[in-house]
Amino acid sequence: MKKKSLFIPFGDIPGRIVIGAGVTVWVALLAAWVLVSNAGVVPKMFLPTPQAVIGAAQELGGDGRLLTHTLASAQVVLLGFFISSAIAVPVGLWMGTYKVVQAALEPVVNFVRYLPVSSFVPLFILWIGIGIEQRVAVIFFGTFFQQLVMIADSARSVHPDLINASYTLGTKRSEVVWHVIFPAALPGIMDTLRVTMGWAWTYLVVAELVAASSGLGYISMKAMRGFQVEIIFLAIATIGLLGLITDQAFRHLRTRVAPWAR
Amino acid sequence: MGTVKQFRPVPEPGAADAAPRSGTATSLSVRSVDLQYGGPQGTLALDRVSFEVPENQFCVLVGPSGCGKSSLLYLIAGLHEVTNGTIAVNGKQVDEPGRDRGMVFQSYTLFPWLTVRENVEYGPKRQGMDAATRRAIADRFLAEVGLTQFADHHPSQLSGGMKQRVAIARALANDPDVLLMDEPFGALDSQTRGVMQKLLLRVWEHSHKTVLFVTHDIDEAILLGDRVLVMTARPGRIKADLLVDIPRPRSMDMVLEPEFIALKRKIIGLLHDEIDEEH
Repeated sequence: MKKKSLFIPFGDIPGRIVIGAGVTVWVALLAAWVLVSNAGVVPKMFLPTPQAVIGAAQELGGDGRLLTHTLASAQVVLLGFFISSAIAVPVGLWMGTYKVVQAALEPVVNFVRYLPVSSFVPLFILWIGIGIEQRVAVIFFGTFFQQLVMIADSARSVHPDLINASYTLGTKRSEVVWHVIFPAALPGIMDTLRVTMGWAWTYLVVAELVAASSGLGYISMKAMRGFQVEIIFLAIATIGLLGLITDQAFRHLRTRVAPWAR
Repeated sequence: MGTVKQFRPVPEPGAADAAPRSGTATSLSVRSVDLQYGGPQGTLALDRVSFEVPENQFCVLVGPSGCGKSSLLYLIAGLHEVTNGTIAVNGKQVDEPGRDRGMVFQSYTLFPWLTVRENVEYGPKRQGMDAATRRAIADRFLAEVGLTQFADHHPSQLSGGMKQRVAIARALANDPDVLLMDEPFGALDSQTRGVMQKLLLRVWEHSHKTVLFVTHDIDEAILLGDRVLVMTARPGRIKADLLVDIPRPRSMDMVLEPEFIALKRKIIGLLHDEIDEEH
């Protein structure tokens, strides 16, 4: 039997190769790290050995500091993300449904959307201070405007005949957003939330770099001053892991709330 | 061309030459309807279209593509606005969509987040019917279209033909005064199409709803209709109003009957003139 090529455009590949390929790259990266860091090619000050990072994890994990800072960061990210989503979902639906809302909001949203979040950090510190509110504001600012545009797009892409059909079945104009556009756009909204949740994590360190007294960004900053590069690695790995977990949680949530959509 | 308009009187109610088997009351009346796209200088899509459909009649609109036959259906449904003229259903003037005019679309318009049964229950639910009544209605119409076993499936699990069967059940479950059908089988393969036509014939013979059915398939028009309205190419006008004098119940075999062939030849002739003029 002829062996099937793995390089057929859009072609399917066996499940064991899917897992194998992913594992291979991870193992190769880790192996390269072990080799390079232990060979002493790069000073330990810049590249810690995996053993050092594991040691740091044991130390910070053992005395509860890792958990405290992780929870502090998770609180900031989730709070900012949920406040943002709670406003962006209804406003985005209106924006995608009603041209007048779109006309009113789009010019401002598209202006703010391209501003780097970090440029607002000094302003937020000036306005809000250095408490958790400031960090939540950074996450909110980073995600809200993106969510708004993407959710409005999901609403706008609902097929007009779906809405027409609902009219001919007796749905009133005022009911259409709730009865048709929201459920029809729900899979798209869930995708937007999943993607922007990932972005919210990426703004975390920006939010915590300045003026924070807890969180994974804060311990990274502190570690930098003390040349404890293994702690920076640990913080980065933790954020990546949390991102992976929330991403999987959202995948799962999407299949729960929108099982009809694939 | 197009500036000098022919004078064509609006037919008197009940004086239409095609209404014998159907009820005498007028269900749908379309009077001097114009539809113009893109403002006063825009394209004229429909030009003084007038006709009436008596209660319980299965009326079919055929015409070359782009003649505005689908647009006319959207106007009657209240989904678009007429430029001039009036449309009335059971004497009530149409100015917005309403549940008295059910519609089956060419595209698949089932609500994907609802099961088949919930889709059929949607209209009765909007009317505020209680769960038991809704369920009884849904079960009845799902049985009618032969999809009882698929009641708990989602639309994504159905074939194209099944989706349109649910769409028909959903429209009928809401008990509209007029059922508008916009090439409902247009996206289906020819075999499924035949099955669907048979099913629609059977369902209609049970309900005798007033139907306005749009198609460009002449066989389909004659097979299903009591009457066929032939439209001109753009701007759409009613070119001929033909009675289909073939007894019911009908079957697919009738496409070989001489009456069928004669009528088909006539409609083909009428449509060919239009297509030749256009090209």
